[in-house]
Amino acid sequence: MEKQDFKAVMEVKDLFFTYPGVSEPTLKKNNLTIYKNKITALIGPSGCGKSTLLRAMNRIHDLYPGCEYKGKIDFLNPQSGKMENLLELRKENELIGLRQRVGMIFQRPTPFPMSIYDNVAYGLKLSGLKNKSELDGRVEKALKDAAIWKEAKDRLKDSALGLSGGQQQRLCIARSVALKPEVLLFDEPTSALDPISTSAIEELITELKKDITVVIVTHNMQQASRLSDYTTFMYLGDIIEFNKTEKIFVNPSVKLTEEYITGRFG
Amino acid sequence: MNRLVLNKVVLVLSTLSAFIGIGFLFWILITLAYKGMAGLSFSLFTKDLVEGGIRNLLVGQFTMALMATAIAVPLGVMAGIYLREYGEESKMTSVIRNLSDVMTSAPSIVIGVFVFALLVEPFGTFNGWAGVVALAIMMVPIIIGTTDNMLALVPKELREAGIALGGSKKQVILQIVLKAAKVGVTTGILLSFARIIGETAPLLFTSANNQFFSMDLTDQFPSLTVSIYNLATYPDEASRQLAWSAAFVLTAIVLFINLVGRYVTRHKQ
Repeated sequence: MEKQDFKAVMEVKDLFFTYPGVSEPTLKKNNLTIYKNKITALIGPSGCGKSTLLRAMNRIHDLYPGCEYKGKIDFLNPQSGKMENLLELRKENELIGLRQRVGMIFQRPTPFPMSIYDNVAYGLKLSGLKNKSELDGRVEKALKDAAIWKEAKDRLKDSALGLSGGQQQRLCIARSVALKPEVLLFDEPTSALDPISTSAIEELITELKKDITVVIVTHNMQQASRLSDYTTFMYLGDIIEFNKTEKIFVNPSVKLTEEYITGRFG
Repeated sequence: MNRLVLNKVVLVLSTLSAFIGIGFLFWILITLAYKGMAGLSFSLFTKDLVEGGIRNLLVGQFTMALMATAIAVPLGVMAGIYLREYGEESKMTSVIRNLSDVMTSAPSIVIGVFVFALLVEPFGTFNGWAGVVALAIMMVPIIIGTTDNMLALVPKELREAGIALGGSKKQVILQIVLKAAKVGVTTGILLSFARIIGETAPLLFTSANNQFFSMDLTDQFPSLTVSIYNLATYPDEASRQLAWSAAFVLTAIVLFINLVGRYVTRHKQ
């Protein structure tokens, strides 16, 4: 790998992850660095563990008891400048704190059954923000940042369920962005959307990396090559190759990577 | 040729079965309407049973049903939440779920006898509270079942999205999941209410009946259903006419609640 002058935000070190009731670990000794204000793509065939790795980064696995982590995921504390292992967090309020710093967007849009405004304000209210005018300002800013303000501004009080799929997904992004997270995790964010909505979301993600570090799981290789700065190829729970995206797509060093990218398997 | 004939035969048979089923239902409804409406008058609703009206019976029936709802809704909804949201890993969950299913189809007379032993015998008198408890016991498993099923329909991504935004499990369940399942849960409550409002057996040995207007739940309590049962056994024409009218009013109420329940489900989802 080339010498890096970028700052690491997250470092996955020798991570093993095992689902409850399964004897074999799903992730085996994963090592990966996530750089600040870059987009890192996780690619690989179905079942390779890319979503599992992504879901470890905000500890959402912990919603289901019995998951086992081994190894470390160091996460930069912006105040102290030190790396802290996020797998050591135990208490519910520590995990809540982590999730406010590491947001997540899912495959299918997940608008809450409430108004557009309340959807965006929900996370802010959870984090303790009560002041009405400040809330209004943050909601507007988030909707603008997620490029949905124009469509939403006249119907803030309407149910979010009335939006189209692409709009719902942008609303979900707005909802996460409103919390000013340091990292945003995208789990195949466009696989349920049409091409036009997809390109809107891709544009948005590129725009977001000015302020936020992005990790994205995708099945779509063109998407990975268009969007990302770094690409990680995973296979059967192993990280096969991690490098700059152009390197991975133009001149991969591992044969398996090349075979996957050229579509010979997967 | 053969399959065309078979097709016709099956079509005719199934149409016939449908008409027989619906036919009996309409027969009941029409008889009820015909006989019941003959006794309908304004004074029916302003006089109590002693004077040949059903005012106290309606008030009594609704009082007990509403009290039962007030007890059963929090219990049932919370138990449903436990089963679906918290009990996943617990072995008790499937036991409770199965027991609750069995309770849904428990004969209502058995529940009546149980409450008789629990709340009537020890106090030496039939009382309204016993009726309320018996009705609540009938409601709880129905509400548990619908709440449990409706929560199961909420996609897990919605819970994860709430957690990913920094919500605690409790907040996500109460503020998002329950909201997403609101229509279904409400319909379940409404339908369970419709179910118990027409029950006789759980009240027969518990609240018994009262000819007079009463709001005292520690004493015998008036109810429409038990009155219908009693009146129908009396030999005099006036009592039987009153039974028909009361039955007609009761059926209209149950039908109305069911229709509202269905309307809500269809138009809010």
